[in-house]
Amino acid sequence: MTNEAKLRFEFDVDGDNFTSAGTASETVKYNLKQLGIAPDIIRRVAIVMYEGEINMVIHAKGGKAVVEIDSDEINITLKDVGPGIPDINLAMQEGWSTAPDNIRSLGFGAGMGLPNMKKYSDKMEIESVVGEGTTVKMCVKIRKEA
Amino acid sequence: MSISKQLHTVTLDTDKCKGCVACMKRCPTEAIRVRNGKAQIHYEKCIGCGECVRICPHNAKKASFDDFDIIFDKKYKYRIALPAPSLYGQFEHLDNLNYLAEGLLKIGFDDIFEVARGAELVSEYTRKLFESGKLKTPVISTACPAIVELIMIRFHNLKDRLLNLLTPADISAKIAREEAVRKTGYKPEEIGVFFISPCPAKVHALKTGLCENNPVVDGVLSSSECYFRLLPAMKKVENPRDLSEIGVFGISWAFSGGEAASLLKDRYLAADGMENVLNVLKELENGKLAEGIEFIELNACVGGCVGGVLNVENPFVAKAKLMSQRKYLPISKNHLASYNRPDEFYVWEKAPELQDVMRLDENLDVAMEKLQRINRITELLPALDCGSCGAPSCRAFAMDVAEGTAKLTDCHRIDLDKILTLKG
Repeated sequence: MTNEAKLRFEFDVDGDNFTSAGTASETVKYNLKQLGIAPDIIRRVAIVMYEGEINMVIHAKGGKAVVEIDSDEINITLKDVGPGIPDINLAMQEGWSTAPDNIRSLGFGAGMGLPNMKKYSDKMEIESVVGEGTTVKMCVKIRKEA
Repeated sequence: MSISKQLHTVTLDTDKCKGCVACMKRCPTEAIRVRNGKAQIHYEKCIGCGECVRICPHNAKKASFDDFDIIFDKKYKYRIALPAPSLYGQFEHLDNLNYLAEGLLKIGFDDIFEVARGAELVSEYTRKLFESGKLKTPVISTACPAIVELIMIRFHNLKDRLLNLLTPADISAKIAREEAVRKTGYKPEEIGVFFISPCPAKVHALKTGLCENNPVVDGVLSSSECYFRLLPAMKKVENPRDLSEIGVFGISWAFSGGEAASLLKDRYLAADGMENVLNVLKELENGKLAEGIEFIELNACVGGCVGGVLNVENPFVAKAKLMSQRKYLPISKNHLASYNRPDEFYVWEKAPELQDVMRLDENLDVAMEKLQRINRITELLPALDCGSCGAPSCRAFAMDVAEGTAKLTDCHRIDLDKILTLKG
């Protein structure tokens, strides 16, 4: 089997609109259900995508989400042209947050976004340049049906 | 469940159906299509919520329930009515609930067992489960069978969150039959137990046994049909006996938030109305929303069970009536200790089954190819979700085309240039 992505989705994540955040993950979730992917895998994809989307809305005024699915894995790439992350190690720490108060008052910005994305994906890479933007790549393996 | 769909929750009167798209657009599981000018219900996806019955402007959709006269079947020597908590809210000036109880005896029942009693037991049992610390929070209520079926179809990973207790109607039916056997000496099958339901979802769940091995009732009657029989009968009641045995907790299960409030928890959420419920379930699936919330009560109908399509009263008015009816009731009149049943009596006899109706194919590669095709077709469509093709959304239409049950030319607004460029 080739590893060429069979399905590809591209989304513009709107940075001004908090209420629409999560639409990309919703679409992906729906498609994964149609593929019959195991519920726990769908849950993990939903969590990492949702966290990623919210992060892009909070910190980077939106960005692009690309999701590629083949029969072995789901690859999610989130790309923004936001402020970038000066210290990735620090940002990966649970509870570390730079979200402003108005965001925290909405119940977001608890500093669990990146740690959760790492926790629920099988592989995660962050590339970030201050002033240029951040790209997060995450991979969730599709467990083969027993 | 294996949703024995031969028992249809909702039926269509094809003479009345005009083929308008109202029901199709409303259905939360996209279980309706319009073909050849008539609505078609795909029962394998139907959760019995009754939204289509509510919205149909031509009264072509009918919720199924048993004819009232089945209670008079000769095989029953003793007939028990199980009124749902929402039934009380249908009546004007019902300050004394005993009028309703006496009314039920006048229209043909030998005895009553109020479902609000079962509800109080379920409340107490749930509190007990919370105290045991064994529950994985947030727990999702299983009182509304349309929600349970929705989760079985669309939210498989929330299955483990469901409260694994039988419903108040189940518990009430079981106790009512046992007590009647003891009281009358008849055999269990000679006792007729009939639930008076506010909605088709409960009709379906009880008749097929959503979480029970065998149905616990002998019939499910409609709230409105009973209402019209009860009205004249209740007017003849003069000095009602003290028959009603329910408290604030039990009767409050009739409206959204009532079950949750009876758990004496601060951190709960209650959502009602299909659209709101869907949003809550989606957020819950994303791992948000759960923080600190211990209990989630979801009702498919607006307002909770008072909003059921088989009721006669406006749900908000019904709730207002219930609020005044419960004013002088004790908090709870039914306690686990006085019923003395083992734990198994209250818990699911079997778990509801996951339904794989969303899945495009058993084989992942085949499913992927289908999905690719669906997504390609969707891109050709105008994204109007107008419904005039007979599918509820452009995407649903694309699925139908991919499955071969619809033709691309059924879309009236398709961009022909786009197709021609593709072909060329």
